[in-house]
Amino acid sequence: MREPTTISLDPIACDGHGLCADLLPEMIRLDDWGYPILDRREVPPALMAHAQRAVTACPVLALKLRAVDRIRPA
Amino acid sequence: MAAVQPLTSTGPTGLPRILAAAPGSGGPADLAAHRALMPPPPRPGRGANRPLIDEVERAGLLGRGGAGFPTAKKLLAVASGRRRAIVVVNGAESEPASMKDRLLLTTRPHLVLDGALAAAAAVGADRIEFGIDTDDAARSIQTALAARRGPEHTGVTIRIVRVPRAYITGEERSLVRAIGGDPAIPAMGPRPFERGVDGRPTLVQNVETLAHLAQIAAFGADWFREVGADDEPGSRLVTVSGAVAKPGVYEVAGGTPVANVLRAAAGRDDDVAAVLVGGYFGAWIDVAHALDVRLSDPDLAAHGTAFGAGVLWFLPRGACGLRETERVATWFAGQTANQCGPCVHGLASIAGGLSSLVRGGGRDTAAQLRRWSDDVEGRGACRLPDGAVRFVRSGLKVFAADIERHRIHGQCDADPAQTLLPLY
Repeated sequence: MREPTTISLDPIACDGHGLCADLLPEMIRLDDWGYPILDRREVPPALMAHAQRAVTACPVLALKLRAVDRIRPA
Repeated sequence: MAAVQPLTSTGPTGLPRILAAAPGSGGPADLAAHRALMPPPPRPGRGANRPLIDEVERAGLLGRGGAGFPTAKKLLAVASGRRRAIVVVNGAESEPASMKDRLLLTTRPHLVLDGALAAAAAVGADRIEFGIDTDDAARSIQTALAARRGPEHTGVTIRIVRVPRAYITGEERSLVRAIGGDPAIPAMGPRPFERGVDGRPTLVQNVETLAHLAQIAAFGADWFREVGADDEPGSRLVTVSGAVAKPGVYEVAGGTPVANVLRAAAGRDDDVAAVLVGGYFGAWIDVAHALDVRLSDPDLAAHGTAFGAGVLWFLPRGACGLRETERVATWFAGQTANQCGPCVHGLASIAGGLSSLVRGGGRDTAAQLRRWSDDVEGRGACRLPDGAVRFVRSGLKVFAADIERHRIHGQCDADPAQTLLPLY
């Protein structure tokens, strides 16, 4: 079975290119300064391919897909 | 495994505790006078001192640096690492309105050193790094260290590192980087308890927390809990200033109502318009609600704040809370490490929005500030933006009448040149 997955962002690496919001508008919107605000919920299977494309498109590799069970509590 | 020392000593009765002065002391560095108050700390060895960690757990000690995290949990996490642990004393008191850690470092250096050694014993550390952001505090620890070099040699390497005075220096990962000689700015990646200084498990602990830890190691958990409340055991230091006749650092029992602290500092209810609880990482509370609030994290959480760094700042009646909120928001915008977009741009926009409210900006501006605050929260590598927006949100709520006055008249009755909250 496929692992439940979320998208995560390294805010230090992110330069606000905004490609991710173009490729995955269902889960990523840009704030007033052009930086992505992520939907923290699980990526639905139907959007998985788009999420992967958004991750690949990020010019600074700030976006990642993470298996939910590997996320440590804050 | 090292045994915890028998708890034969008697701790001070009532308050003060960590601010208790040694009788006939020849100054802060006088080790003999300090030892008249309490026995030496347990000796750090290889491996964790579990009985000591259990004692801290029973005491219910919560971190005094701002986050209020249970100290025993942190000790256990660091002690569970595979490599030898390191203790970092967080002496970067970056909260501008707080003076308590500096007071402890300059007037109770041996108590802080005992606490650092007790922490080293708890986690089995062989190295203690002091991260300190003022010269007087660094000198004080240096002098106290010299005083105990012969009589109380422990074999633990102790070093003092001068770190920059900036809000983000006190953030755990910033401080760990500063200790390692890197810029004191937050980083992503593992937490210090896993991989900190030199990649070793690192305990980063606030100065006041260590002072309490020293006393718990000496006098026990039952003694610690004789003062305070079940939800806030022990005593706490609060830095009190603003509309009071006697500003300063006070040691109070956990759960003490704000009104009692106001009276202790010779302030009068009628002179106060609002109270900033917790510091700039905390929140404003309207005076009508603030005075009855107990200083415990569960009670403060109901008012959107926490004990934080223990700041209680009383806004005088007649002063402009909006302007003070704007000053601090502008300062926050200047404290960003310039790393995360939402922090860099969001805090600047929020500060600009507040300035516009001071000049008479309309309801749209306040609404936009709330939206920006929601957008910025949780989006930095550290908690700086979160603290800034918590503070701003509380100001928008508590000073709604001031905002309206500025909107209608373009100003308020307060002197526009008046600046009250301390900044650096």
